Amino acid sequence: VTTVERLRTIPPQVGRAAPRRDGREKVRGDAEFAGDIVVPHMLHGKVLRSPLPHARIASTDAAAAEAIPGVVCVLTAADLHDFDPYWGHAIRDRPIVAIDKVRFAGEPVAAVAAEDEATALAALDAIQVEYEELPVVGTVAEALAPDAPLIHDTPLRPGLFHGLGELAPRDGNVCYRFTMDRGELEAVFAHADLVVEGEYTFPAVYQYAMETHTVIAHAVGDQITVWASCQHPFLVRAELAALFDVPLANVRVVVPYLGGGFGSKSYTKMEPITVALARKAGQPVRVQNRVAESMVTTRRHGMRCRMRTAMTREGRLLGRDVECWFDTGAYADNGPRVTATGGDAAPGPYRWEAYRVDAACVHTNTAPSGSYRAFGATHLQWIGESQIDDLARRAALDPLDVRRANLCSPGEELRAGGKPLDADLVGDVEAAAAAVGWAEPKPANVGRGVSVGLLAAGAHPVSSAIVRMEADGQVVVLVGTTEVGQGARTVLAQIAAEEIGVPVEQVTVRGTDTRYTPYDRSTGASRSTTLAGLAVQRAASQVRDQLEEIAGNGELEPAEMPALIARRFGLAGGELIGRGEVAPQGTGSYAEGPVFWEVCVGAAEVEVDDDTGAVHVRKTATIADVGKAINPLLVERQDEGGTMQGLGNALFEEMIYEDGLLMNDNLLDYRVPSFEDLPDEMQCIVVENADGPGPYGAKGCGEGSLAAVTAAVVTALADAGVPMTELPLTPERVWRRIQQLKEEGTWPR
Amino acid sequence: VRLELSVNGRPVVREIAPQTLLLDFVRDELGLTGAKRSCEVQVCGACTLLVEGQPVSACCYLAADAAGREVLTIEGLREQPDFERLEHAFLEHAALQCGFCTPGMLLTVSALLAEGELTSEEAIKQSLAGNLCRCTGYRGIVEAVADLAGVAR
Repeated sequence: VTTVERLRTIPPQVGRAAPRRDGREKVRGDAEFAGDIVVPHMLHGKVLRSPLPHARIASTDAAAAEAIPGVVCVLTAADLHDFDPYWGHAIRDRPIVAIDKVRFAGEPVAAVAAEDEATALAALDAIQVEYEELPVVGTVAEALAPDAPLIHDTPLRPGLFHGLGELAPRDGNVCYRFTMDRGELEAVFAHADLVVEGEYTFPAVYQYAMETHTVIAHAVGDQITVWASCQHPFLVRAELAALFDVPLANVRVVVPYLGGGFGSKSYTKMEPITVALARKAGQPVRVQNRVAESMVTTRRHGMRCRMRTAMTREGRLLGRDVECWFDTGAYADNGPRVTATGGDAAPGPYRWEAYRVDAACVHTNTAPSGSYRAFGATHLQWIGESQIDDLARRAALDPLDVRRANLCSPGEELRAGGKPLDADLVGDVEAAAAAVGWAEPKPANVGRGVSVGLLAAGAHPVSSAIVRMEADGQVVVLVGTTEVGQGARTVLAQIAAEEIGVPVEQVTVRGTDTRYTPYDRSTGASRSTTLAGLAVQRAASQVRDQLEEIAGNGELEPAEMPALIARRFGLAGGELIGRGEVAPQGTGSYAEGPVFWEVCVGAAEVEVDDDTGAVHVRKTATIADVGKAINPLLVERQDEGGTMQGLGNALFEEMIYEDGLLMNDNLLDYRVPSFEDLPDEMQCIVVENADGPGPYGAKGCGEGSLAAVTAAVVTALADAGVPMTELPLTPERVWRRIQQLKEEGTWPR
Repeated sequence: VRLELSVNGRPVVREIAPQTLLLDFVRDELGLTGAKRSCEVQVCGACTLLVEGQPVSACCYLAADAAGREVLTIEGLREQPDFERLEHAFLEHAALQCGFCTPGMLLTVSALLAEGELTSEEAIKQSLAGNLCRCTGYRGIVEAVADLAGVAR
């Protein structure tokens, strides 16, 4: 990246806590979300969902529902005959509504469009579906049994955006497998002084974006318009175009503000069924999930893992062997990518003589699993870091010293052929440890832990942006990043302001409308500041070049810019336009990547009550190793949000399935963190080493803290004497473990 | 049924179905979309409105039960003279991200401030536990509210 030195006439616009550009709208209730949009003649859509996890559909009769006054149409599998009705960005395995068979409880079987919601709900009750129950594959273990029923029995069809090279055929209920192999693993283990091994369980978790999935669709002829709460508008556009066989440009995706996403609104979700319903209705239709529906639309993968790690007596790490099984539910969703990222994160950023990773993505008769903030890293980091601590305890070494001795250094290769390490992890973990008082004395029931990991971030590096300076000097940025709460519209405005040399208040970043906004791959994988940010920086820099050319010099006051535009065009009109692009060097494949390594480093101090098993979090510290903080306050807020989600994941969040049925499908029974779950102290340390590939040396953040905190709570609890192998750390689980320790004579320590 | 009430200081008269929820009434009938629907079980607080100055979950509150009462939504709160203080504190501390919970959060905060209940950081956390925010990690909100309540941190 070449940065042009400009003459500065105003204070820096990056590196400061500029107020959110969307703050005022949001505080005043003016910010528009998909559910606030009313399209003329809009109908209300409701989805009939299967009550059974696995069944053959013997018959569907919608006649009575269609006869209800106010019902405009009912969409069933019978309507899906004139086109290929399967979608899925990774694996094209998902029918718009179930065809012949349902594979999870909650799977759409039919959908109704009606003049109002109450009528639509009444119509759902009037649809007659006869099911013949099939044996339920409720868990990964059941799915892998030799005689397990096959959830999919047709050949695997790759989707448009898996980015995983050539996909192998399914192997039983395994739809994807990720493996890594380095060095002579068995030889290394055979000669190791110390080996720890264990089996671990990670729960399925609900992202709970407070705004549920909401889509309005209108389809006329071969033109499709959707207003959608989606993170990846351009990938939704491509999937809809492929599914309904229309040109890309005929599909218009408009994205207002999102009420949270965290991965739950990545890729395509409720758009296909809403478009199909609107096509049949011939009128715009809105489908808005309830929480119970969003919970079965996508979730975080539950996972089982078997891991062993070897070390010398002196504390040199030798090898790691990992097998893990991700429960992707009935359809792949983003499971293959989650599995690959999890497998990639499994060894951790250490110098190994050998490692082996075998990660499988497994179908069960549960709802599909996809992306959730820091996927893969959150699944594996707590396990790997628990084993490092266990080895350190056995060797009577300080866990921090073991990390100092074995963590990779900046510039060191992490994976064969992949991007070398671009962060100072030893510095990061030392800072986190210091923040929780690592070496200070503590009571017996208090423990401290650190955790270190990396997350392959950035996804595929394709972004573009257009920056327009209007005749009055106001700047409008068109860029395909979705404002999902992370502050992208503020940070990208700061970058444009910095490049052009105007105050950030003069810059507006618009929401995405694929009809006018240039292409951006996606909003996720912590990529917006880094990649969309680079595109905006390049586009804004072109506007500045034009201003300097008109002026004939480089010293420009914001106030004189309108006069320069008028000079260029002769009248009070016209505009300056800059265009910026980021494209991959090489093929851009994930194997050559990642764009950058997102740092997942944190520490925690916890207190355990051995009478109740309750774990109280006293302190957390996270490291935002961001290269350059464009907006330091927003960086901190991102990490704090990740911290709370990490605490939820570590301590109590869990989707409870029994025989394929979700038992806690509401916010009373599925608890998320509230104000009262705040730790006594929560610290976010911003590290700026200008070592990122983004503008001004920036790299993304906001996900690492989740993985780091989840793991640090586990290692801290182990330090207090209670090593755990199953999350979440509910009081009951912790209490039972303490009883076990008492029987073994290791509690109290 | 015929419903007469006051919304944001203005009298409103409408014919409604008796089962109409207050949330649907303000959003669909009156076009006041600042209040949001999320959990529908009185856990999240995104739909919070003030009825006679008291926070209620409008997703579980019959519009008919507000008959003869004063309902305040974010669209009314923002017109009040002291709203600027709330707005400033929330922007200054970056006490919001996606903004979906923010209108409900502000209505709850304004009611609690009016009652003088926010006397410590602990009290702030306890009193606000009926409003969830999935994005911020809460700390920015606690800081903003502590500023507003004059609580030392």
